[in-house]
Order: sequence, then C-alpha cells, then structure tokens
Amino acid sequence: MRDILAHPRSMFSGQLRWVLIAIFVVLAPLAMKELELLTNFGLITQVNRALIFVALAQGLNIVVGLAGLLDLGYAAFFAIGAYTFGLLTWPTHDIEMSFFLAIWICALVAAVFGIIIGAPTLRLRGDYLAIVTLAFGEIIPALVRNLGDFTLTFRGRVLIEDYNLTNGSQGLTPLGRPDFSFLENLFGLDEGALNVGVNPTFWYFAIVITSMIVLFSAIRLNNSRLGRAWKAIREDETAADFMGVDPIRTKLAAFAIGASFSGLAGAVYASMLGAIFPELFKFQVSIFLLIIVVLSGRGSIWGVLIGGIIIATFDGVFLAQVLPDIFNGEVLPEYDVQSLRWVFFGIGLIVIMIFRPQGLFPPKSIETKIVPPTVESAEGVQNS
Amino acid sequence: MSIILEAQGVSKAFGRLVAVDTLDYTIEANSINSIIGPNGAGKTTFFNVVTGYYKPTTGKVVFNQRNISGSRPNQLTRIGIARTFQTIRLFNNLTARENVLIGMHHRLKSGVFGDIFRPPAVRREEAKAHEEAGQLLDYVGLKGYEEHAAKSLPYGHQRRLEIARALATQPQLLLLDEPTAGMNPNETQDMILFIRKLRDERNLSILLIEHDMKVVMTISDKVTVLDYGKKISEGQPDEVQKDERVIEAYLGRRALEMLKK
Ligand SMILES: Nc1ncnc2c1ncn2[C@@H]1O[C@H](COP(=O)(O)OP(=O)(O)O)[C@@H](O)[C@H]1O
Ligand SMILES: [Mg+2]
Repeated sequence: MRDILAHPRSMFSGQLRWVLIAIFVVLAPLAMKELELLTNFGLITQVNRALIFVALAQGLNIVVGLAGLLDLGYAAFFAIGAYTFGLLTWPTHDIEMSFFLAIWICALVAAVFGIIIGAPTLRLRGDYLAIVTLAFGEIIPALVRNLGDFTLTFRGRVLIEDYNLTNGSQGLTPLGRPDFSFLENLFGLDEGALNVGVNPTFWYFAIVITSMIVLFSAIRLNNSRLGRAWKAIREDETAADFMGVDPIRTKLAAFAIGASFSGLAGAVYASMLGAIFPELFKFQVSIFLLIIVVLSGRGSIWGVLIGGIIIATFDGVFLAQVLPDIFNGEVLPEYDVQSLRWVFFGIGLIVIMIFRPQGLFPPKSIETKIVPPTVESAEGVQNS
Repeated sequence: MSIILEAQGVSKAFGRLVAVDTLDYTIEANSINSIIGPNGAGKTTFFNVVTGYYKPTTGKVVFNQRNISGSRPNQLTRIGIARTFQTIRLFNNLTARENVLIGMHHRLKSGVFGDIFRPPAVRREEAKAHEEAGQLLDYVGLKGYEEHAAKSLPYGHQRRLEIARALATQPQLLLLDEPTAGMNPNETQDMILFIRKLRDERNLSILLIEHDMKVVMTISDKVTVLDYGKKISEGQPDEVQKDERVIEAYLGRRALEMLKK
C-alpha cells in the first residue's frame, strides 16, 4: 500500500496505462451522471471545479514545490486570469473577444503580472516573501472591487472619469463562452445546436483539455534545464548562484509560469461560470491551493494531480453536500456544517505533517534513491 | 607565466571586524596555490570575495584582465571561476547527475518553450549534457552513483560530487575550501593526487584552503599564510615552513621562544 501511495505511476506500465487513463477520462462523465441521479448530489460540476483547482495547484506547485518559494497570495493570479477574461468578453466593454483567443491572452497577462509582482519581491527570502505575496493576494480583489467606478486625474486634469472597469462587487456577467457556430455552419446544423452554455459535460471535457495542457507543461518543465534550476534554488539558493544559476531570473520564471497556469485556469473558470465576483478569489482560495500542494506532496506533479482531484472533490461533494445533508436533516438542523471545512483541512495538515511530512504522493527522487549512508559520513562534518 | 587572478589591496570588513585586510594576491595560470592560517584568519572570506559573494570593502579583484569586484557569483561562474564549500553544500534531494547538470546550466541554451516542446535541438543538448555529466562523475570516481540522491552519498563521495559539479561549469580557476576536511589519511592521499591530476589534465589553476600541512606542503606551488586577515608570509612551501612569523602565528610567541632555546 505504501508503495502504491508513493508511486502511483507504478501501478500500470507503458501504453496500457495511457489507454486505461483515456478510457477512464472519457467514461467518467457517464458514470458521474448515473451517480448524480442515484444520490442527488452534484458531481460533474464539482469535478469540473476540482480539475480547475488541479490546474491552479499545478501552477502553485511550480512556485512552492519546485522553486521552493512560499506564495500565500497565489489566488491573485487566478483573479487576474478570470478578470482579464471578463474584461475581454463582457459585452458592456464591446470587445467580446473569442474564447479561444482570450484564454491565451489571460495566461500571458497573468504571467506579466507574475513578473511585475516578482521583480521587487523575489529578492526577499522565506517569510518575507510569504508576507508580501499575502498582501498582494489581498490587494487584487480589493482593487477589483474598487475599479467599478474610478476617476483618474493627472496634475489636475481628469483623464478618466467614473469609468466602470470591473463592475465592482456586483461582478461581471454574462461572460464569453466558446463559440462553435462555425462548426454548425460547416455541418449544416441548426443555429445554436452547439451552444455549450452551462452544459457540465461539455465543460468537463474543456477543463480536462485545459488541465492536460497544464499537466503536460509541468511534466516537461520538471525534467528540463529550467526545472532543474528551480529545484537547485529550492535546495540551496546560494550554492545555485555559485554554480551559475541566476537566482532572480530563475525565480521570476517560476512566478511567471506558475501565474500563467493560473491565468489560463482562471479564464476557463470564468467562462464556465459565466459570472465572476471579487469574492471568488479570497485569501481562502490561496490557502486551499496551498493545502492541496502540501497534502499531495510538494514538487510532485502526479501527486498534485491525484491529490488535487481527491481533495477538491472531497471538499465540493462530501464537505459541501453530503455532510450537511446528513447532519442538517435531523441531528443539527440549524448548524452550519460548512464552517467545519477548515477544521477538516487543519486536522488533515497536522496529521500529514506528523506522519508523512513529504505529503501523500511525494516526488520519486526524494523517496527511493536513498542508499544507507556509511559510517564515514557521520564523522567530521564541519560547520563554518 | 601569465597571471590569471590578481587581488589588489582587497579588504572585507564586517562592521568593525576586518576579516580580510588590504591583501595583495596573485595566481598564475596552471598552478596550485594554498592559503593557510588559523581559524578565523579570513581565508573563507577571501574566497567569498573572489567568487563574488561579497563585494570588497576596498581594493579590487582582476580576473583575466577584467575587474570583477562587484560581480555576482553566477556571473563569475560564467567567466570561469568555480568553487566548493567548506561545509558541503550540495543540492541534497537531487541526484548526483542532476547536481552536475546544474553546473552546466549556464552553458545550456534551452529556454522555457524549448523545455516544454523539446524540439530536436533541445533533445540533443539534454542527451549530451546527461552523458557529459556521467563522464564527469566517472572522472571523480562516482561511477554507478549517477541516480543516487546527493544526500544519500557517503561523506567523501559528497566532497567528490561537489568537485564534479564545480568542474561542470568548465572553470579556469577552481577554489577548494578545505577539500580534505573530515577525511581519513587514505582519502586525503587520494585527494592530493586528484588535485594534482586536475591541474595537469584539465589545465586548471587551483586555489586551496587547507589545514592539513602534509597536503599543503606536498602539492602547492605557492603557499600564503594569513593571520587576522593579513598576509604574513608567502612563498614556496619549504620557505614558508621555516618562516618564524608563521610558527608564531600558529603556536604563539612563547612556543617560538622555546623553540629557539
Ligand atoms: N558574514 C559574516 N559576518 C560577520 N563576521 C564574519 C562573517 N563571515 C566571517 N566573519 C568573521 O570573519 C573572520 C574570518 O572568518 P573566515 O573567513 O570564515 O575565517 P577562516 O575561513 O580563515 O577560518 C572571523 O572572525 C569570522 O567570525
Ligand atoms: Mg573557513
């Protein structure tokens, strides 16, 4: 059991593994639909949300798990992605850009913000960086709330007056959705036949594709020149500097790429919901993502994938639906069981930190490649 | 012979403590140079100045005709200065091979998109780098340990891995901070031979901090003695060995007087 936990990849090998995964992914919505009918609990929507969180967590894992930078305000990049999508597709702004173009711009904008935030702060180490990113995570939603009606003056001249950029706390709705009308024309279908709307099964596949793009990039980066440099910085920033790795550039790259994953996920999420509000990107989101990464195993891409799906589905289905259903029926009709959510995660974190601090599915290299140290290693280790 | 590195009046102060005090120092190409001196004499601090970790408080360091004071460590690595550490500083959770690959980082060209999409050029570059890393590990005597986590290696092997990682940067000047610290006599003897081999086979200049007098006296072309940040003696090993100031610094004035009697 321990072995399978440590190496989820070793369960099946080679091509068979990929075929099984593909079949599973394609059949999952059918199974979930059946389950939904049986149990009356929303499942596909929750799995969609979970997969969005997996994509977000993959980005955070690059920053926290690979580069070793504690970012407590990562939801800010999620917000930036979602709101960039909002600005580009909210009808009131008259841009109404295509979904397929907008999502990439969102990823890019988030990456640029990653660099803007990172440039002044990445000289800081450890706790200081955590505090600055925390502040940044608070500033972005506040900014969004206040840009619903803003006036910009420069030396007494009014440049912009009472402009509604973000629609304040009411949020932006409706937002752009993927438009397949060209396919309708191509195949001579009725107008609106491929209108995706809120169809959860469509969004399931859209989000699976998004997550796969993110997953693919993360896997490739993990095993590359840049990925090695991130890990070197995580292990010993000073030594990495002496070995020719520029710490600032390397950390900026982690921030930018982590942010771009988040920007992409944020854009798809915004489109799926069709409405976004500043409240969606609160501090709790940053913490929840951090919990996913830490519980799953920092630096482990497959771990974050599997752990993220489990934790976020557990949160959305069990904690949010099943538990209230059980307790609010007869036992505690008035009690808000949802408020126990953080108690659950708090306990989970403590238990993991005590019994398995490297996380449930830690990266392979940390666990397996250890030979017992010989006697000589114990002696004469000098400290300077 | 040509001079590869020249420190001119270099000082480094920490507040009121002057750890390195107006030091003049030159290194000739293809030579082994040792710095010795009591604990706290400023040897490691001088290393940190030469490798760009500290900016000298006064004076300057010239490497290959180029003023390098104020450059960052990673910039100096690129132009040919590499080092190991007094306390081993490996990337513990990375494999031996990955540790060496980090040393090659600045020579590899792949960018973010190359890393993600892996066009043939990047695949070739990576394959070549992995192979070269294997050869370097073999060279320092770590064949078979390529995929072991650095932290799991025995102490002596970790020292060798640090050297392999430094060699991977393709230095002209290699600084070794107490490479035999914590080693038994056999390992120390191996290290002496190995350092010689580095100079001869790899055309390196070596700057060595060393406590083991046997090591210093056997392999050095030049020995420099520091005390309280100042150079108190310099020359060929046998000259320095006889220098009264050196004996005094090491054993104290009283010992010197006793020796004279
Ligand atoms: N970062 C630092 N801050 C303050 N003092 C330091 C620092 N590094 C070294 N020193 C002091 O400088 C002196 C020289 O230290 P060091 O260069 O490590 O000596 P050595 O390597 O010759 O044993 C010592 O007195 C040490 O305490
Ligand atoms: Mg020292």
